[in-house]
Amino acid sequence: MVKLLEYEGKDFFKKYGIPVPSGYVVKSVNEIQPINFAMVIKAQVLTGGRGKRGGILKVSNLPEARKALDKISTINFDGHYAKQYLVESAVNVVKELYISITLDRSKRLPILMASTEGGMEIENVPDEKILKYYINPFIGVSLYIKRELAKELKIDKKMVGTLYAIVDGLWNIFKNEDAELVEINPLGVTEETLVAMDAKVVIEDDALFRHKNIEKVDETFDELEAKAREKSIAFVKLDGNIGVIANGAGLTMATLDTLTLWGGKPGVFLDLGGTDDPAKVTEAFELMCDAEPNVVFVNIFGGVTRCDTVATGLVNAIKNIKPKFPIVARIRGFHEVEGRDILKKAGISSFLDMKEAAKNVVDMVGGGA
Amino acid sequence: MAILLNKNTKVVVQGITGHQGLFHTKAMREFGTKIVAGVTPGKEGELVDGIPVYDTVKKAVVEKGANSSIIFVPAPFTKDAIIEAIDAGIKLVIIITEHVPFHDMVEVLQYSKIHNTRIIGPNCPGIVAPGISKIGIMPNSIFRKGNVGVLSRSGTLTYEIVNAITESGMGISTAIGLGGDPVIGMTFIDGLSLFQDDVETEAVVLVGEIGGTAEEEAAEFIEKNIDKPVVAYIAGRSAPPGKRMGHAGAIISRGRGTADSKVKAFENAGVKVAHLPQDLPELLHKAMKQ
Repeated sequence: MVKLLEYEGKDFFKKYGIPVPSGYVVKSVNEIQPINFAMVIKAQVLTGGRGKRGGILKVSNLPEARKALDKISTINFDGHYAKQYLVESAVNVVKELYISITLDRSKRLPILMASTEGGMEIENVPDEKILKYYINPFIGVSLYIKRELAKELKIDKKMVGTLYAIVDGLWNIFKNEDAELVEINPLGVTEETLVAMDAKVVIEDDALFRHKNIEKVDETFDELEAKAREKSIAFVKLDGNIGVIANGAGLTMATLDTLTLWGGKPGVFLDLGGTDDPAKVTEAFELMCDAEPNVVFVNIFGGVTRCDTVATGLVNAIKNIKPKFPIVARIRGFHEVEGRDILKKAGISSFLDMKEAAKNVVDMVGGGA
Repeated sequence: MAILLNKNTKVVVQGITGHQGLFHTKAMREFGTKIVAGVTPGKEGELVDGIPVYDTVKKAVVEKGANSSIIFVPAPFTKDAIIEAIDAGIKLVIIITEHVPFHDMVEVLQYSKIHNTRIIGPNCPGIVAPGISKIGIMPNSIFRKGNVGVLSRSGTLTYEIVNAITESGMGISTAIGLGGDPVIGMTFIDGLSLFQDDVETEAVVLVGEIGGTAEEEAAEFIEKNIDKPVVAYIAGRSAPPGKRMGHAGAIISRGRGTADSKVKAFENAGVKVAHLPQDLPELLHKAMKQ
């Protein structure tokens, strides 16, 4: 998923007719323009709870604004610092609402959610205070839904047109931009109008081929995970010291679970996926080495991915790298005899039984200590 | 008998001339699948292993009586390929392709409902009924005919479990990989209701994983509607929240989709959950004896 920064989301809002406070983005104090009325300086980071951590400050003149930006620039947001700041007109809100469109997995339909309890995380809003509407992709948000929303959210008559425009804008962003989530929280109600105080827009990775203009930014900030992603290898960094290479997401998860059950602590989840190219296996193993595990457990069930392909790739990698950690393999399935033979010649013994192999791995690192 | 497949299942392979299409067409044939045609736009007139290639699915239906389709086309073209199959009158579409945008699937699933077409996948290994047919990419050698139905959100883990069932002396009536994406066609519930009515199937294995609420919904359905024994395995018990574990759908987000919640739901519905995939055959044995 590609999470957009607030100002990027607000750029979409403007384009799709959703009112936002006037403002501009700066990278440093020197770019702040003279200030004549109350403004806010907002850290542009993806981390939640910005406000609580002091990432949003209200200012009323230029010196104050500069000071605020300096202060915000020193805040550590989960290992990440703001590089951009949104300088925005402060808005006097009477009420804060919530509205979003996202995917409902089990209904397999978009869901529109709205609440009078804006400003807090929607997970903390009691269910009975959330309005929910499933949206058919071919129909969009029907007029009756918008009418009902206006009524339930107690929108002033003069602002109903704006609410309808906001709902239409959200739906159009969700659909046209392949969003996973479009959220306005809070949606500010002022004396005159409605205005999107914040913007959360998440675009789906798999649809980026339709949106060449959207840059794929990495939200994990982990160097190895980013590197793996470039190579289309599913790689997840965990807390432990056992590296796991398996084929298929389900089997890789099950391998982690098995090690954990024996008291081991997995440190890397690496799913080879389906491959018939030993070079991809070599690449994956090199990546694993960079994570510096204490032991590596290779668990393969050969099907589309042949056991001998994996073994060849593995042996090629080991020849070059000469890893310091031991490798335990468990090889079953298509071409398993050939695979085990190749490993044996390279001095790697392999198991048939996954449980037994996992236990052996955990024993090697002393119960994951 | 099996579910969804029979001796009259005639398959068209969409994307037959690609690397995967070629490989698996051959493997499906070896399993006994009746593959009647392939489709690759612009390649009409070619033959793959003696199978005619057409430009359109319609032609495969009209000329060869295709009633099922398997899709290997790249993700950007998958939606169009599914719509084409539905419009041509195909009633069972299996999507192997990974990384299909979920917005495309949301639309396709609504469209398939109108036309009464069953969709399996995307990002799935397909469906196998030993002795009858296979539409998918699961390895042939692990299957033996029997009385166990399998429904799984995983690929390789399904092979692992099917293999363990086979080695324990049992066999499979039908095994279906539902796919690892957040938006998929056929669900556990769809599969369970078919297995309930299938005389050949005596017990069902569900292979779930973290993410979403499909397992919880299945558990509720089992309690009310299924009297055949059901056992389960959930992958990802040790997975941390917020991390996508390989599958697009395998993520614990905002406290939802945890393995704990799924295991509990199953146990409350009387479904025994194996700690390790290899423990499933024994659970299955016990459940079937009762």
